[in-house]
Amino acid sequence: MKTLKDCKKSCKVKVVKLNAQTDLKQRLISFGIMKEAVVEILEHAPAKSTIEIKVGNMRIALRAQEADLIEVEQI
Amino acid sequence: MKNCNLNSDVKSCPIIAKHIKVALVGQPNVGKSMLINSVSNAHLHVGNFSGVTVDKTEVLFDYANYHFTVVDLPGTYAFTDYTIEERVTHDYLCAEDYDIIINVVDSTNLEKNLQLTSELLTMSKKVVIALNMSDEAEKEGISINAEYMSELLGVSCIKVSAVTKLGIEELIQSVVKKYEMPQTNAKLVFSEPVEEEIAQIVWYLDKHKYKSANTHRNIAVNLLKNNKKTYAKLHDNPIWTELQPILIEASKHIELHHDSDDIKEAFAEEYNSFNRGVVAEVVKQKTLVQKKTMTEKIDNILIHPIFGIPIFLFFMWSLFQLTFEIGAIPMDYIDAFFGWFGTTIGATIANDDIRSLIVDGIIGGVGAVVLFVPNIIILFVGIALLESTGYMSRVAFLLDGFFHKFGLHGQSFIPLVTGFGCSIPAYMSARILKNDRDRLLTLFIIGFMSCGARLPVYVLFAGAFFSPEMAGNVLFVIYISGALLGIVAAKVLKLTAFKGVDEPFVMEMPKYRLPSVKLIYHTVLTKTMMYLKKAGTFIAGAAMLVWFLSNYPHNLLLETEYATKIEKASSEDEKSKLQNRLSEALLEQSYLGTIGKFSEPIFEPLGFDWKMSVALQTGLAAKEVVVSTLGVLYSLGSDVDEKNDSLMGVISKNISFPSAMAFIVVIMIYLPCLAASVVFTREAGHIKYFFYLFAFTSVIAYVMAFLTYNIASWYV
Repeated sequence: MKTLKDCKKSCKVKVVKLNAQTDLKQRLISFGIMKEAVVEILEHAPAKSTIEIKVGNMRIALRAQEADLIEVEQI
Repeated sequence: MKNCNLNSDVKSCPIIAKHIKVALVGQPNVGKSMLINSVSNAHLHVGNFSGVTVDKTEVLFDYANYHFTVVDLPGTYAFTDYTIEERVTHDYLCAEDYDIIINVVDSTNLEKNLQLTSELLTMSKKVVIALNMSDEAEKEGISINAEYMSELLGVSCIKVSAVTKLGIEELIQSVVKKYEMPQTNAKLVFSEPVEEEIAQIVWYLDKHKYKSANTHRNIAVNLLKNNKKTYAKLHDNPIWTELQPILIEASKHIELHHDSDDIKEAFAEEYNSFNRGVVAEVVKQKTLVQKKTMTEKIDNILIHPIFGIPIFLFFMWSLFQLTFEIGAIPMDYIDAFFGWFGTTIGATIANDDIRSLIVDGIIGGVGAVVLFVPNIIILFVGIALLESTGYMSRVAFLLDGFFHKFGLHGQSFIPLVTGFGCSIPAYMSARILKNDRDRLLTLFIIGFMSCGARLPVYVLFAGAFFSPEMAGNVLFVIYISGALLGIVAAKVLKLTAFKGVDEPFVMEMPKYRLPSVKLIYHTVLTKTMMYLKKAGTFIAGAAMLVWFLSNYPHNLLLETEYATKIEKASSEDEKSKLQNRLSEALLEQSYLGTIGKFSEPIFEPLGFDWKMSVALQTGLAAKEVVVSTLGVLYSLGSDVDEKNDSLMGVISKNISFPSAMAFIVVIMIYLPCLAASVVFTREAGHIKYFFYLFAFTSVIAYVMAFLTYNIASWYV
């Protein structure tokens, strides 16, 4: 399955599933990262360790490990 | 409200002002504190990143016949208890007594903000929604129909702007109105399948005439959301046995409908689709041409994968350059002023002891600290800019990868940068870290970020031992190497004391905002006044104590011995030499001299004389005291009638270069100050951590200073 980690800069994807644990899942949801949400990849930090995404009107930074827990599909 | 006094002679009821207690709630960084500031003219600390308010703050003000108590709660994205600050908010909202909630939302990002709002609306409390930043929203082409929104949600929504003070009056009026009105239920509709399940539970509760303060609909929703408190309440009720199977069935249906095994996720989706509906109805966004926003343009440069970090380092370097260069300009004047002030005051005092106390002790000690106010102001302006523009989160983003390698969390960056200003707020802001281990680790290394109070020591030594062109660079190197050392220390701690899994890093990146001059002015003014106040009280007291310890006990034998010697001396030159030798000898046998001599062997390997040893020990109280102690000690005991009698001059003459470098290293690493230690202990949660910190920092300081001294001696 493709995850948010695999996405390239400035591509837009749709969230299919969150594989995170309860705590983190709640956090992601409260940031608007949930099923059906459209996510755009804005920037990678040096060494691709952290990525910046845009959900709705909000910019969010997350680490590659966390991005790997978010299953997405191309739209 | 108090009841009327019904005494016969009192006919009418006196007007008693009513008390309205308001809980101010909202997601992080929507401008809650700023809103309070514009409502009540208070000066709460405001920044542009999540987690500026880490504990609840109360602000009082009057409006018409009402006393308002506004409780500013830390920002929370949802009721998830993810971090300590979020727990503070959640606990307050659930357990404390208050009349009304003002929910502050960011108009430019309504859909996301409504997530919290919809959770608040299920709490059966009176709510007023403040659509903040409406001026900014308009600029972005977003228009919100507030009346329609009020109608849809069943609560008043008021457009406000904390910056331009738009709608503030209206907001307070509608709070008063809402306060006087009876409680009404907000209109929050779920999808049909969920509504069916809710209806069934409500029907069951109605049938059994279950009594509670909350509405039955509310209880039903809470039960379905797995709310622990609601469960606990109903669990002891006889109807529970029948209710439970209904609930299990209902949850199954909802989970099935949402194709998820997590009821909380299902409800989040429910709220979200309701919110999306509301936004679709009330928000009209002009379809702007897809051009990049200002924030995106700036981000393209500032968080560039290659240039991002060099740009950040350049900013920091510039800050320290400015701190030294511009800060040095008024220094001579301040120095001259205190010199003149001391002489003038001294001339009016006849008694030798009192004159020495006032001139050498108080004026000398306080003057040495006040001297550095310009530097402090520049540093604080820099940090305030970093905080209020939104750049802080960008740096956290850039550095997370690097930090992560050393076992630190990207968000640790925020308390760490705050630590450059003062360790105390830094310790408190570590609360934004979710995990206790991460938090403790961050608490332990905050001290490595040199605080504003250490700046005077650095400026003094950098100025004494380096050319003015180099001094700014030296400052930069001191700060950066302190920070790097802290990061290495973090790695060591992570590998030994704080082992564990890594915490996830998910952080909001706020929009860039132009910092308002007023805001920066207030932040810097408050901090500078605090510094001056400390100089006038605590530091003055410490300077007096240091003066006393360095002047007593008097040794008459020594004095008479030298007095005869001076009388016999043939030339003026010899006389003044003897005079100096007397002061030196007196100082050495004073209380402070005894302490210094006693601890000298410990510090000898680092190249410190007893005066420096004493200064380090008094520095445990506060770092400013280091400077004032050095000021007192070196002005008492040395050649003061030289032409260059400024403290910098005296220090460069009396202290060798390697010792000075080792001294800077110790100042850089060892415990910040008494007040910070108290806050550290409170935030860490146990006194044992203080002893760990003390041992940890002292050992590192000693070892590093020893190395510095020996390496520097090699080269000189």
